[in-house]
Amino acid sequence: MSKNIILYGAILIFGIAAPFIFPAFKVQLSILCILIILAITWNVQGGEMGYNTFGNILFYGLGMYLCASVQVGMFFPLGEWTEGGGEKTFVHTPAQFFQGFAVGLAVAAVVPAIIAGLIGYSILGLRGHYFAICTLGLGVAAGEISGGIEIIGAGQGFTTPPFPNVDRLEARGEFFYFCSFIVLVFTFLAVKAIYSTRFKLVLNAIRDNEDKAEAMGIQTMKYKIIGWMISAFFCGLAGGIMGGLVGYIDSTDVAFDGREMGVFMVLMAILGGKGTLWGPVIGATLFHIFKEGFWTFFLGWQYVALGVLIVVIVIYFPEGIMGWLREKYPERFGEVVDEADRKAQVTLK
Amino acid sequence: MDFLIFQVPMLTLQAVLDGLLLGILFALIAYGMALQWGVMNIINIAQGDLVILGGYIAYFMYLYGIHPAWGVIVSPIIMYFVGVIIYKLVINKVVDRDLFISILATFGISILFMQLMNFAFGADVVLANSGYGTTMLFDNSVTLPNSKIFSAFISIVFAIGLVIYMKKSKLGRAIRATAQNARAAKILGVDTEKVYAATFGINAALCGVAGALISITFTIHPYMGLPYTIRSFMIVIVAGLGNLPGVAMSGMGLGVFEEFADYILGTEFRIGSVFLLLVLILVYRRFKLSRKREYLK
Repeated sequence: MSKNIILYGAILIFGIAAPFIFPAFKVQLSILCILIILAITWNVQGGEMGYNTFGNILFYGLGMYLCASVQVGMFFPLGEWTEGGGEKTFVHTPAQFFQGFAVGLAVAAVVPAIIAGLIGYSILGLRGHYFAICTLGLGVAAGEISGGIEIIGAGQGFTTPPFPNVDRLEARGEFFYFCSFIVLVFTFLAVKAIYSTRFKLVLNAIRDNEDKAEAMGIQTMKYKIIGWMISAFFCGLAGGIMGGLVGYIDSTDVAFDGREMGVFMVLMAILGGKGTLWGPVIGATLFHIFKEGFWTFFLGWQYVALGVLIVVIVIYFPEGIMGWLREKYPERFGEVVDEADRKAQVTLK
Repeated sequence: MDFLIFQVPMLTLQAVLDGLLLGILFALIAYGMALQWGVMNIINIAQGDLVILGGYIAYFMYLYGIHPAWGVIVSPIIMYFVGVIIYKLVINKVVDRDLFISILATFGISILFMQLMNFAFGADVVLANSGYGTTMLFDNSVTLPNSKIFSAFISIVFAIGLVIYMKKSKLGRAIRATAQNARAAKILGVDTEKVYAATFGINAALCGVAGALISITFTIHPYMGLPYTIRSFMIVIVAGLGNLPGVAMSGMGLGVFEEFADYILGTEFRIGSVFLLLVLILVYRRFKLSRKREYLK
């Protein structure tokens, strides 16, 4: 136990110190935090519950649009802002910016969760690949439709409020880094707390055999909806911060970007190992390092690399890093291994 | 409601005819998907990208001065081998695995193809001009490009040819046997590995035909693949696996739906409405089945 406290403390201290140690990488670190949040939320849905979704991008994009719209709409007419050049006509004072951002984040978290609850009953009744394709359709449809809505900028995009003029140049990066880091810590702790309750066992029961779980008297639909709402809540938060960080929202390339974020979150969780607490964190970190390296040095070939990476990971490492470790060192994961049994297996091989 | 389509009744006819001709093409792609879904139990997200690749083959023939209609012959031959190569490299490792693995793996192939096509052929929207002219009907109020009629005709020819092939030939029988029970087929001496490869190749070849026809009648672009995948998936789940007349009917229905969505909602919502329709169909079927305490599988 004390080992764990040291580990968590070290990570926390590193997280707080990181933007000062690596001042040039603040944006990258914030994006890393967002990616980890997305991987963790996908894992709640895909890893623990067994409902592999491509559609959590829906909540991410919704959160992004909602946060920015609320931040603008609280003080200025939204339509005129998105009309073109609105960010030059209307200027947020620092107080307005931070108030708007805080309220925007709250809305960006709550509304996607409510939407997940509303559509959950219909969509979570689908199983397996039907669920996967249906959510894929949801994500793309959301992108296409939001690209046609005038008030949030339609095809030309939505410029989020620029960071207010504060004396320090560093302030913007630090603000967004700490926002995403705090949300990451909050997400991690919340998910860790959830995983230590009966709720996680129910989710695992649904993953392993839903019919049996239902026969045992578990109201699977209720738990599935709650699980999806939790997922949507944190996805929305991540989206809201990402919108502010990127500074520009486009319907298909930034918000509902199924080809990037939508796949990334699945891939990160699988790379790290689905159904584990730390898997998504490790997977997202590795993936981000790989991605940044590739995006920087082989620009243009990144999607080729991404495609190959997906195929390789899915075919050769479907269990992920944590799954591989678990296979290799089962004792570390609290599994009791019978020595005789293991020896018998070794001799068999 | 001042929609153009209600003011000019002839436009309704135009939309219906356009939709039917378009729908036949969709049905051809969906037929390929139904084939490999039924035989190998794999959902191929890269289906649409195979279509686009087939289209580019016809487009390149057009660029080099060959009439693009010949693409209907050349494209499936090349695409057959592309399909077999994809099978050998990737698909044969995911055949018996969890369906989500196959979805994700083919999603990876789809991204790979998109970007490779973007490199190879550029990001422009292109079409191969067949120079077939246009048929005017009803006092010039309904226009039908002859290329659309040609493509619908060719699709029907290929579909019927494939049905006969599947019924009569040795490979066709082997494919059907494998679809029914792969293990039993293996015991009785069918080389299922070969059958799977051939199935995926035939699927890719059908995509090649459809792609060549699409490059003649519509436009192609490296990133336009996914809507074709979703359309064919939708057609297959509405029709059910192994229901060929159903595939044709629901394909045409989808074509007509799209044309009307185009007129009524506007072109910017066309693709969105297709994806939304998919969600609605799945949800409808889920509620219908849940009355009997069943679910889609």
